[in-house]
Amino acid sequence: MLRVVKSKLKTFVGGIHPKDDGKSFTAGKKVVPASLPNKAYLFLNQHIGKPAQPIVQKGDTVKKGQLIAESQGFISANVHASISGKVVDIAPWPHPIAGVKLPAIIIERAEDDSWVEDIAAIPDIDHNISEAEIMHRIKSAGIVGLGGATFPTHVKLAPPKDKKIDMVVVNGAECEPYLTCDHRLMLENPYEIIQGLKWFMKCIGCNSAHIGIEGNKKDAYLLIKDTVSKESAIKVDLVEVKYPQGAEHQIIKALLGREFKPRQLPLEVGVTVINVSTAFAIYEAVKYGRPLIQRIITVSGNGIENPQNFFVRLGTPVKQLLEDAKVTGDINKIIFGGPMMGIAQGDIETAVTVKGIGGIIALRKARKWNSSACIRCGRCIDSCPYGLNPSELSVLSEAKNFDLMLESNVLECKECGCCSYICPSKRPIVHLIKFAKAEIAKQEVRA
Amino acid sequence: MSTQNQSENNLIVSSSPHIRDFDSISRIMWAVVLSLIPAGIAGVFSFGYYCIYLVFLSCLTAVVTEIFILLLRRQPVVNVIQDGSAVVTGILLAYTLPPGVPWYVIVVGSFFAIAIVKHSFGGLGNNIWNPALAARAFLQVAYPTIMNSDWRVLVKKGMEKFACNIANVDVNGNLIDAVTTATPLTKEVVERTYLLGQLFMGNVPGCIGETSVIALLLGGVYLIYKRCINWYVPACYIGTTFIMARFLPPRIITPWANDSFYHIFAGGLFLGAFFMATDMVTSPLTKKGLVIFSVGAGVLTILIRFYSGYPEGVCYSILLMNTATPLIDRFTKPRLYGTKLKKI
Ligand code: SF4
Ligand code: SF4
Repeated sequence: MLRVVKSKLKTFVGGIHPKDDGKSFTAGKKVVPASLPNKAYLFLNQHIGKPAQPIVQKGDTVKKGQLIAESQGFISANVHASISGKVVDIAPWPHPIAGVKLPAIIIERAEDDSWVEDIAAIPDIDHNISEAEIMHRIKSAGIVGLGGATFPTHVKLAPPKDKKIDMVVVNGAECEPYLTCDHRLMLENPYEIIQGLKWFMKCIGCNSAHIGIEGNKKDAYLLIKDTVSKESAIKVDLVEVKYPQGAEHQIIKALLGREFKPRQLPLEVGVTVINVSTAFAIYEAVKYGRPLIQRIITVSGNGIENPQNFFVRLGTPVKQLLEDAKVTGDINKIIFGGPMMGIAQGDIETAVTVKGIGGIIALRKARKWNSSACIRCGRCIDSCPYGLNPSELSVLSEAKNFDLMLESNVLECKECGCCSYICPSKRPIVHLIKFAKAEIAKQEVRA
Repeated sequence: MSTQNQSENNLIVSSSPHIRDFDSISRIMWAVVLSLIPAGIAGVFSFGYYCIYLVFLSCLTAVVTEIFILLLRRQPVVNVIQDGSAVVTGILLAYTLPPGVPWYVIVVGSFFAIAIVKHSFGGLGNNIWNPALAARAFLQVAYPTIMNSDWRVLVKKGMEKFACNIANVDVNGNLIDAVTTATPLTKEVVERTYLLGQLFMGNVPGCIGETSVIALLLGGVYLIYKRCINWYVPACYIGTTFIMARFLPPRIITPWANDSFYHIFAGGLFLGAFFMATDMVTSPLTKKGLVIFSVGAGVLTILIRFYSGYPEGVCYSILLMNTATPLIDRFTKPRLYGTKLKKI
């Protein structure tokens, strides 16, 4: 309600300012490699779209970076071995995001940790690399959006013919509390990010880009600004510290002032968005031919004694990361992703890392909230960045009145969590909305 | 509906978000209780200790009624009591009543507020009218003699034991009794006016908690500071009343007829603007809606004061706007992101 924060920084309407942003735990810590997993669990489904098709069998020996599952159809992405070793099984394993068991390739680690030969064989490139070659390398590397949406990046490179892209927006906002992986990446690899971005721009034939970085990462902003000082085509701007500043709609609104409907793609307004860590992955893929087999993950929270930013091989069991960061014994909540949109895990024994996860948060004494009736304070409405009425939606969901919810645009909700966060009655609004969406989907299937 | 599960290894698996704002209903309600204390002290100072007894009785009745109804409705009692909303209703009701009402009037009113106005619509969050104000309106109809007559008799009766009447001097230097009429706005007593300073401090007749502008302002500013109420609701309400009082021709000419300061300081405007119009449950959801709501209440207040039989319009104006709230909500829906503003 009265959270009117005066600020000259660019921003959007709505959103919240979480008090407990937890970034200080890890913002100053260099990225360090996590210890290698004894077994890596690589899901065939680490992206939006069709799962990849395995091309190895139980008993095969694989090397780091070797293609082990091929993308199927247009919206799908390759999966590569993240460690060298032996495929011990291809079996269903609990997927940390889908919440159900999905097939995964399980690799047992061998001593040697060298790259597969055909990767080393890719010659170093010069700046005259062709668009087709960039496209090919990004596609073969299995790169997906690392900001969390896991949309296969090569799909963005081939926009529909009737949509003209005139701007690439680079998301360096990192607005989720606790997460600092993008912040560290910008500080440690600014050149690589910009080079990756330039290759991306070249490939889609767009010659301007706009980078948005949240105001609490001034150091990264100055560094990136310095890195692009000779490029007139790339603009860098600070955006207001506010959640969800890093969501596509919000960062585009803040930087360019363009608005589009919640369920539309940025293409609608001539924009494509990539995350800074995606730009870095593009650099690695184009320059060295390295597939996406590792990413930076922030391991933090009050249940962690030594919070860290880790380079993590995909498929690493979470338990091992928690041990690396010295987890305390009495944690009662593990969150994959940030505290606003992340997914709570029920089991640390089976949980493993996947491409879309930028953070693991372990909490002690995590609270449960008792919710009560809506007192119509209107705070949720003020905080909803998409102009929905969460109060009404939550009440309708409790009454199972899904038809009225459809009329009230329930499907436009992005589940950002601002409304639940701010609600003084602690109503589980996002939960009620997710429930209603699932019910509506069921009804549509039946009809 | 249960949203949280505990898995075998004691990990909580709940829906996002996993952090919440520190603010809660009970924090808001108890802040309101705290902010009402200065006005209560001012009331005791002007009208005597009997006021404390009335406020206490009103709260007690409200809480007991709330527990009773919740038990009847088979709903959990503990949380709902600790949220403090019944206590707020109890205090507000007492503050809108004359300082000398008999004890049974306040018990009936408080019971009516909780049992009928609040719970017959579904309890916290679902009532259409502000319970305290609706109960006051009910008492006005049920006990017209007590609510509207010269209060001297009542006060004498009720305050024998606690008497601490403060004598006042009006502008003409006459000694007057502080508690004789229902409100300084009484139109028939045209020759009597009060100094703005008196009105500001609260040494004037009126209801228990409505006379001291300074005490109410203190509480109101505290609530704004604590982000429990929106500043623009009292601002629009008082502002509209101020402007309307200045420019509208009244039906009965009194010495203060178009004195806008007199109009905003006298009567229950500050109590209504800071503590009743800001009631979240019965006011619109959006900022735009709240502005319409409070401007509407301001207009109605002066219309009632100028052109109706009642000297005071705050209570009815807010109740009327409460009634209009669902309509206002319908016309002030937020704009869906990425769409043009809808034409109404
Ligand atoms: S979760 Fe949905 S309804 Fe709530 S604030 Fe976000 S978009 Fe709006
Ligand atoms: S759902 Fe929560 S935040 Fe929204 S109006 Fe109701 S009480 Fe307020």
